[in-house]
Amino acid sequence: MNILAIIGAFVTLAGSIFLLLGSVGLLRMPDCYNRIQAGTKASTLGTILSFAGILLIMPGWWGKLLILIISVILTNPVSSHVLARASYHKRVPLTKATLVDKYQEEEEYIAVKDQHKEDQNNDQT
Amino acid sequence: MQAKNVFVSFLIGLIFWTLLNNTFDPLILSVGAGLSLLLSLIFCARCDVFSELKLTPVALLYTGIYLVVFLYELIKSNLDVARRVITPSLPINPGIVEVKTRLQSKMGRMILANSITLTPGTLTIDISGDTLYIHWIDVKTEDTQEATEKIVRKFEKYLEKIYG
Repeated sequence: MNILAIIGAFVTLAGSIFLLLGSVGLLRMPDCYNRIQAGTKASTLGTILSFAGILLIMPGWWGKLLILIISVILTNPVSSHVLARASYHKRVPLTKATLVDKYQEEEEYIAVKDQHKEDQNNDQT
Repeated sequence: MQAKNVFVSFLIGLIFWTLLNNTFDPLILSVGAGLSLLLSLIFCARCDVFSELKLTPVALLYTGIYLVVFLYELIKSNLDVARRVITPSLPINPGIVEVKTRLQSKMGRMILANSITLTPGTLTIDISGDTLYIHWIDVKTEDTQEATEKIVRKFEKYLEKIYG
């Protein structure tokens, strides 16, 4: 067992601690949006650190691990953004502690526009 | 058809092929080059995803700086969220604020939105024109101008150099 493998094991451990904290966040946060926040951030760094640890243990796998890290960085924020946007349009309520909601007007505007489009389609058919 | 789009997507395809195969054998590389060229001609002959990308040395330098800034913010964001999660009183003041961006290119805005999602306590909910709606876990200010200073500026100044 060489020194690189030991460092790699500790890096992987750090990654799993972040993943654990992310899951605790999922349980403790009050509403859907805050849960998405906790889930996204912790899981991104946790996954990256786990892959970096594997990289130190198995240096020969660097190409595939690099691709995995890049795809996690690229896809994770997109999926959480889509989840948050879809929940808002489904009118999932925000927690009572929410201070300000500037998105409301824009959302109503979009809803009216969609309704208008639907009406037009109904008229045509 | 824009040659630059095809070229950039060809380059990405070839780099991925090389990483996956983990070898520089000329035969395998030429198969990969042929496949990437074919795929970029089929799928990227009419796309304009990369046409705003600048391939100058300055842009590449700022891409490097941006990556470093981004990784630093990512680690900071994780420690911040972790601290909030394990504090028994759960110190959060969530809210949705609106911020403006000066970036014009679509690609730049997309990267900005994704970076915001991965940084301390912020999550992009929607983007329309130059306005971004952001769920902030710890709202410090409700003013659009100040929120823009706090959330967007640190990334925007680098992305402006890369995408203009």
